[in-house]
Amino acid sequence: MRWLINFLSSSLGQKIIMSLTGLFLISFLTVHLLGNLSLLSDDGGYTFNTYAYFMTHNPLIKATSYGLYFFIVLHAIQGLVIALKNRMARGANRYAVKAKGNASFSSKNMALLGTLVLAFLFIHMGDFWLRMKLDWLPTVVYEGYAEPIADLYGRVAMQFQNPLIVIAYVIGQIVLGLHLWHGFQSAFQSLGLNHPKYTPFIKGLGKAYSILVPAGFAIIPIVHFLFK
Amino acid sequence: MDLILKVWRQKNNKDNGRFENYKVKANEHMSFLEMMDVLNEDLLAKKEEPIAFEHDCREGICGSCNMVIDGRPHGPNNGTTTCQLHMRFFKDGDTITVEPWRVKAFPVIKDLVVDRSAFDRIIQSGGYISVNTGQAQDANAIPIEKDLAGQAFDAATCIGCGACAAACPNASAMLFTSAKINHLGLLPQGEVEHSKRVQAMVTQMDEEGFGMCSNTGACEVDCPKEISISNIALMNRSYVGSVFGSDKGS
Repeated sequence: MRWLINFLSSSLGQKIIMSLTGLFLISFLTVHLLGNLSLLSDDGGYTFNTYAYFMTHNPLIKATSYGLYFFIVLHAIQGLVIALKNRMARGANRYAVKAKGNASFSSKNMALLGTLVLAFLFIHMGDFWLRMKLDWLPTVVYEGYAEPIADLYGRVAMQFQNPLIVIAYVIGQIVLGLHLWHGFQSAFQSLGLNHPKYTPFIKGLGKAYSILVPAGFAIIPIVHFLFK
Repeated sequence: MDLILKVWRQKNNKDNGRFENYKVKANEHMSFLEMMDVLNEDLLAKKEEPIAFEHDCREGICGSCNMVIDGRPHGPNNGTTTCQLHMRFFKDGDTITVEPWRVKAFPVIKDLVVDRSAFDRIIQSGGYISVNTGQAQDANAIPIEKDLAGQAFDAATCIGCGACAAACPNASAMLFTSAKINHLGLLPQGEVEHSKRVQAMVTQMDEEGFGMCSNTGACEVDCPKEISISNIALMNRSYVGSVFGSDKGS
């Protein structure tokens, strides 16, 4: 076991924890977006509510969700530990002049962007996830379902009538996009996957992903506010 | 050309240090170090303490002449050391800011001179081949694929100056360590101890208190030998391999 602890506590091991948890969270975002797009359908919430019911009652998905919570916490804590150690490694004196290098804004501010994403996540989960878990939501009865189903759609539709919440969600997605702009391709580099054969593809995919996925999430509150 | 130099002065490691402004007359054919020599002659003539800076070969291969010039290690040009930077790249009347490497693992000894023995200790931990491999081989005695030889050579051009750690927002030494690991590990003589070497050198790098790479790419731009961060990826791969996949290492 000693070797495993040594590996995970080494600088490279800690970066590998960041990249593996990060890639898991990236894959989660895709699933989350695909499900959420049903919020755009015009059936009064039937598709979305039954989807939410399935996601909270399927044992396999429930088990995966505990993994997800764990990885979010691990990614956040490990990220902050790295940011703190890196700050200490710089020493007390800062450069008086800082030339504009090639390092992107995202790459230099991953800890700040990540903290903002985490803050957004708390607001977001408090708004919907927590109310669902605590059975605070009104229910609807659908044919073919034995019990009444929580009307999560109703809550979402109500929240997205508030322009401040819509703006907060759009800003949250811009921050997420900036975090992914560096994070997506950086995860592969930390894992040691860098090669002229596929690195340009990974970088391109990362940029497309960091624009399209947050844009997909941001469209939902905007459409609800303007058209529903 | 008349210049104003804003130079970091620090008596020793205990001193807090501060910037001092100096006027210096230079001409465009001088190297940056020769301009510094002129300034020091002036200071000596005025019975003031000359500026301490490290220098040795003055031809870009020793890795001594380390200073951050206007916010960039080794100055504004890519792929050169401070001694290879000439004054023609500056304009008459310019104010130039000169600072030492600011990395906690490289404590300032005096003015612009920092203690880079942390790098020596990383090399001592495994950056060598344990057996005598004899004189330089005949070029064709050990067949090595051209691409591999090129890759190993690119890594071997590292002069250990520390510009990578100085440029890195995290003060990480991973470009240096990975270059040293790869230039040995990619060749047959070094491959034998590769797994052991990767683990030892990464462990020592961590112990010296350098930061962790966040893949900003700042290091490869300021590296005077333009060593690519693909070396860091290769080190990461070797490290994972040495822990989980090696039947040679510990």
